[in-house]
Amino acid sequence: MTAALRVVAPGLLTTVQDRGRIGHQSLGVPVSGAMDLVAFEAANAIVGNPPGTEAFEVAYQGPTFAVETGSLRVAYVGGEAPIEWVARSGETRRLPPLQSIRLAAGDLLRIGALSGSAIGYLAIEGGIDVPPFLGSRATLTRGGIGGYRGRALAAGDLVSLRRAEAPVRDEVRLASLDLSTPKRFRVVMGPQADYFTPEAIATLLSATYTITPATDRMGMRLDGAKLQHDPALGFDIVSDGIAPGTIQVPGNGLPIILLADRQTTGGYPKIATVISADLPALGRLRPGGHVAFEKVSVEEAQALYRVMMREMGRLADRLEPVPPEVRIDLDQLYSRNLVSGVVDAQR
Amino acid sequence: MTSAADAGPATPPASGPCFLEAGDTALIVEFGRKIDRHASALVLDLAARLEAARIAGIVEMVPTFRSLMVHYDPMRLTAGELKAAIAPLLQGLEANERAGRKWLLPACYDPSLGLDLLEVAERTKLSVEEVVRIHSATVFHIYMLGFLPGFPYMGDLPPALHLPRRQSPRVRVPQGAVSIAMSMSCIYVLESPGGWHVLSNTPALLWDPRRENAGLLAAGDKVQFEPISLSEYQTLRARAESGEWVPEAQAAGASA
Repeated sequence: MTAALRVVAPGLLTTVQDRGRIGHQSLGVPVSGAMDLVAFEAANAIVGNPPGTEAFEVAYQGPTFAVETGSLRVAYVGGEAPIEWVARSGETRRLPPLQSIRLAAGDLLRIGALSGSAIGYLAIEGGIDVPPFLGSRATLTRGGIGGYRGRALAAGDLVSLRRAEAPVRDEVRLASLDLSTPKRFRVVMGPQADYFTPEAIATLLSATYTITPATDRMGMRLDGAKLQHDPALGFDIVSDGIAPGTIQVPGNGLPIILLADRQTTGGYPKIATVISADLPALGRLRPGGHVAFEKVSVEEAQALYRVMMREMGRLADRLEPVPPEVRIDLDQLYSRNLVSGVVDAQR
Repeated sequence: MTSAADAGPATPPASGPCFLEAGDTALIVEFGRKIDRHASALVLDLAARLEAARIAGIVEMVPTFRSLMVHYDPMRLTAGELKAAIAPLLQGLEANERAGRKWLLPACYDPSLGLDLLEVAERTKLSVEEVVRIHSATVFHIYMLGFLPGFPYMGDLPPALHLPRRQSPRVRVPQGAVSIAMSMSCIYVLESPGGWHVLSNTPALLWDPRRENAGLLAAGDKVQFEPISLSEYQTLRARAESGEWVPEAQAAGASA
């Protein structure tokens, strides 16, 4: 029998995610997958998983899990949150992020409210035992597919893991991880920038927008200066493909940035596209936050993407043993504030 | 990296298709800005050519009414390299719609399932029988799939049936609803909100996650509806839900 986690409290939106459902967009199947690829892969690296292994994505308010059977190794990376480990003995400890920890049957793991980044990942050594659908375990709640029964976790769920036991060994950590967000998100103009007035383009590249509460894994709706479509062309185009980070502008002139659960095609003009190197940071933002944009060339964007991917590929090499003092007294460490916040407000 | 690595950005002929950047991981090859059967056929021919060319770094392709979106991996292919690899394949594209399969899908036009049939007849000043005859006599071309998994956008609807979308969209359109709006017909393969006029319902489960090939339809396929009675509908729907019956397509090249 494999290890299993009982969901004591589900958190606000805890889903299983991986790198997404690639290769089925021509059937109309959205890609989905982790909103913050950097935090996701860091969590996987810390527990020794290959890149892309499915993990729990938590948003805003973390879940509480009880270890029902077996033992497991986990790591949390993402928005700063109080993480409590309540051992079977009743002893409670605060755990730092960016570090692996072994849990055993009877233990409780509680992730509190996230601050800074809206998103975090709890990676499990070996992965989560949910059936793949079209080659991916990513949850698309809108379509009821992937993940745990096609939905976010709910209280009482029993989630099986892929392994029965986590071997006892020295735990590891990442000394640091940059999860900051840029002052300006970089965009490649187009594919339909010509559907907008020159003033609208200038506005997009100078104004600051506010993220509205009507924001989810599908799209980030922005409020702020309206972007005027060229009156001769209008705002209704014949549907065409949608890329990750697409900024589409419907008739009301307010931009929507399309994220992980984006639809595959759409019929509003797309003024610009956030570059893939900035998408993980975009995924960290929460309603009430601000975004501004600056233009780069596609060549610059691809160079930045390659830098990000190479850095992600080196995460495993940056792991270090957990120093003895961290093992001995986490609470004291916290109180001395040696483990600083993982998310800075601005880069 | 492709052999075209040093060819630099390429631009197709001014009169022909054009490249549009969609960020740093997708490129659009656009053949026009309107819904156009000819453009659609060129899109599908390019998709087939790119499929056959097996260009390393292309992740997936999404054909739409008038363009092909090519998703690619910038770790393996730059924008310039991708354009250079596509450009030669744009020469001599053919619009002969040869590739698609043909589906003859049963559909029940009983008003209990064709929720808007009577209203459509009234608004088009046709009899219900004429609406059914015109719709079921049309061989539809699947321009693209989108909106929902497996949801086909099909054209072209004869002008006699052209209507704008419903003023107030339904919160729930039933699974299988065969609907029309403007020059298009569609099938709600899953229950969803929707603003199109529902003419009939097909008992076929065109999107069924229980199946290995969850979605049956593909862009470029042809679809015609075959009217059936309510009792035939109920029998087929029950057999579809139990997995006993899945519609089968006629082979490629059988299109009208």
